[in-house]
Amino acid sequence: MHDKTIAQLSAGLAAGKFSSAELVRALLERIERFNGTLNAFITVTADQALAQAQAADQRRAAGQGGPLTGIPIAHKDIFCTLGVKTSCGSRMLDNFIAPYNATVVEKFDAAGVVMLGKTNLDEFAMGSSTETSYYGPVRNPWDLDAVPGGSSGGSAAAVAACLAPGATGTDTGGSIRQPAALCGITGLKPTYGRVSRWGMIAYASSLDQGGAMARSAEDVALLLQIMAGFDPRDSTSAEQPVPDYGASLNDDIRDLTIGLPKEYFGEGLDADVARAIEDAIAEYRKLGATVKDISLPNAPLAIPAYYVIAPAECSSNLARFDGVRYGYRCAEPQDLLDLYTRSRGEGFGSEVKRRIMIGAYALSAGYYDAYYLKAQQIRRLISEDFRKAFTEVDVIMGPSSPTVAFNLGEKVDDPVTMYLSDIYTIAVNLAGLPGMSVPVGFAKGRPVGLQIIGDYFAEARLLNVAHRYQQASDWHTRVPAGF
Amino acid sequence: MMEWESVIGLEIHAQLATKSKIFSGAATAYGAAPNTQACAIDLGLPGVLPVLNTDAVRMAAMFGLAVEATVAERSVFARKNYFYPDLPKGYQISQYELPVVHQGHLIIDLDDGTTKTIGITRAHLEEDAGKSLHEDFSGMTGIDLNRAGTPLLEIVSEPDLRSAKEAVAYMKKIHTLVRYLGICDGNMQEGSFRCDANVSVRPKGQERFGTRAEIKNLNSFRFVERAIEYEIERQIHLLEDGGTVVQETRLYDPDQGETRSMRSKEEANDYRYFPDPDLLPLSIDTAFIEAARQALPELPDAKRERFMGEYQLSAYDAALLTVSRDLADYFEATVAALGGEAKLCANWVMGDLSGFLNKESKDIGDSPVDPSQLAGLLRRIQDQTISGKIAKEVFEAMWQGAGDADAVIDQRGLRQITDSSAIEQIIDTVIETNPNQLAQYRSGKDKLFGFFVGQVMKASKGKANPQQVNELLLKKLAG
Repeated sequence: MHDKTIAQLSAGLAAGKFSSAELVRALLERIERFNGTLNAFITVTADQALAQAQAADQRRAAGQGGPLTGIPIAHKDIFCTLGVKTSCGSRMLDNFIAPYNATVVEKFDAAGVVMLGKTNLDEFAMGSSTETSYYGPVRNPWDLDAVPGGSSGGSAAAVAACLAPGATGTDTGGSIRQPAALCGITGLKPTYGRVSRWGMIAYASSLDQGGAMARSAEDVALLLQIMAGFDPRDSTSAEQPVPDYGASLNDDIRDLTIGLPKEYFGEGLDADVARAIEDAIAEYRKLGATVKDISLPNAPLAIPAYYVIAPAECSSNLARFDGVRYGYRCAEPQDLLDLYTRSRGEGFGSEVKRRIMIGAYALSAGYYDAYYLKAQQIRRLISEDFRKAFTEVDVIMGPSSPTVAFNLGEKVDDPVTMYLSDIYTIAVNLAGLPGMSVPVGFAKGRPVGLQIIGDYFAEARLLNVAHRYQQASDWHTRVPAGF
Repeated sequence: MMEWESVIGLEIHAQLATKSKIFSGAATAYGAAPNTQACAIDLGLPGVLPVLNTDAVRMAAMFGLAVEATVAERSVFARKNYFYPDLPKGYQISQYELPVVHQGHLIIDLDDGTTKTIGITRAHLEEDAGKSLHEDFSGMTGIDLNRAGTPLLEIVSEPDLRSAKEAVAYMKKIHTLVRYLGICDGNMQEGSFRCDANVSVRPKGQERFGTRAEIKNLNSFRFVERAIEYEIERQIHLLEDGGTVVQETRLYDPDQGETRSMRSKEEANDYRYFPDPDLLPLSIDTAFIEAARQALPELPDAKRERFMGEYQLSAYDAALLTVSRDLADYFEATVAALGGEAKLCANWVMGDLSGFLNKESKDIGDSPVDPSQLAGLLRRIQDQTISGKIAKEVFEAMWQGAGDADAVIDQRGLRQITDSSAIEQIIDTVIETNPNQLAQYRSGKDKLFGFFVGQVMKASKGKANPQQVNELLLKKLAG
């Protein structure tokens, strides 16, 4: 039953074919068996999961609960969980146990969803390979020499290896879509403000957005249904009604117009990845969609703008980790400055330090206008590009990542090459738009993901477009050998 | 000898009287046990987010309207980044480029009877930091985060002030205003109202400003005056001795009566301000501003004018009575209860009542004698039941809880003697027992009249009607 989708498992629970406790036990066994290899989980909450499963079974027996009551998922270890360590992949928070739940966790708890554990990630979500984690790198179930992408690499690997049917992720510059693509699963980054950020440890507040990762668009719709909604505790969350994402999954897409930005198919795109994307577009044509060439002229500026804005925000967001109130504190500090410098110097890894320094520099007096303000101007131009595009097309498609999964260690010492891994995803975060990645085949034996970008709050449309493709293909049902 | 002119601007921090903090639901009450009024947001735990308290915005808008400033339709919260142990997030949420209030002004009264308009550059909302406690921790520092996240309105004046006296007059006026508006309790000991002073000097006639020093954290009017005076002297001496003033932050030491350097501009922090991405820009619509306008009470200047007109009080009396809303209300309630006699009421409120309040460091709201009781006492002066002198004795008894004026007068037999025959009897006895003085008086020593009045009043235990005593005594002494 481990390779079933959430929708199938939900039906099985409803029909009484198996209990949540049986399902959870089976998945915990798989985690026990494979996590040593994959390193997808930082923390496994076995006892709590079984207790939640039994409670869910009782709810179902009493005729209560919803479609996901008793369904187990994993949470990226960036969502605060009451009483369970929330490390954010950092030594800094290795000892941190939050006294509260993130809104996302709270909502899943209320729906009767079972938490299997907390998944590995790049330290503070800064990375594209899950190699910057204090807890060691995650391996890609499709090829253990390959990275799973990042930063939500633990969630992606866990879902791909059928250790969990679904997982939460966060996406600041592609951290859901890129690992979803590299692990051959389906992932959605919602519109900025669609999912509450309360209790989600901030990397870059104006870009961070929680989302869902699963094997199918239908499953992602089920997860998003629970996660989405206004939260008075997050001033940036949107007071926008949440539609029934399942209701429109099968809507016709014959009137759909797909835009293909020429900037997403140029230099730097791997030829085999390009071929898989073109095949997927051809499939959409077959399904009746119209395809149109478009341009997002400012897209090439997305990476430089992002690497000013995100580090700027991170340099401030991570200032609270000072060794004073919680988290890592250096041994025997001599004075205040020593406490600060050694606690932060020893508690943070090198990628986090790099971004803090870039950000502090970009915000410094005398540099602010040239970097931060300029980047914000570019951000507006990028949003404007998308706005214009959506007057002509319904969705935009392209690759989620320029390459398939690369090998562990291949890019970790070359930050600029690593940053280019997110070249197609970052503009979406800068504009605050929703984006998905859907598996559309393989290149060099490793999965390829198609990115689908929608207009603001068009998640239902994206899920519909992805679902119709998955009805006509079976890429999303493949399970890596050995799992 | 060169003549110098000082240039002063004040940054006043007024703690807003909201029930909860500016970005969290924790209480703002003063004096709780350390760290008992700090929630996850105030502690800066990972993943928490600020949500703006609209009550703080309403209060800022009221202040803006009261100083005839612009209340911005759109203002922006920014992060001021620096590390300090009592700053939990490593940044303070404040307003930088776009404050909620800008370009207002206030008119202050100068000693020579003229007035002066002081520009208010801006007023912005921000959160306070926590407190570092350096005593009682044997070489370590304790952190109390109860104050972290308390809403502050920072009110920045133009450099329009030219002396320490003007600075104090301006600060007092703001102090009165924020208490009138009910947006700040004005308690300076608890730090609810404090200021930083920017001070520079320049040769008289020179247009360019001199280099300024900023004196931090002045929490009494007296300290403001002394610190500024000291700083002006220090800068003039320095310049006259051929030195230069450095731009720096200084602290005032009230024990030594001097200011001392804290840090120079070279060591100053680069705060790396940028808009806080956790908070949307603050937009204030006309309806919100109108509601704030409706909520404005009668302001001090308007009340003072009204008191002068309606109660025929002098400018001085009106100014004293309107220094706080509670005092003004007390006065008006007393006049209303008495049905007039505003001058008599004013004298008692500013005199005996204020005297007792000051002696016991009580606020007018805690007075054991309420306006209707005071009016009851004044009515007995009016109808000559007691003299003004006896009234003082009655008031003291009332203050100590002896009950209403009539009860005190009756219990102690203080009713004034107005019966002429009774007074005449007393006078006769006094004249009989003082034949020498009588003889001297009759031989032209008029001054002895006072002696006889005193003796008669003494004999009547102060109860004889003074006017009648005067009249009857004159007759009897004439023989």
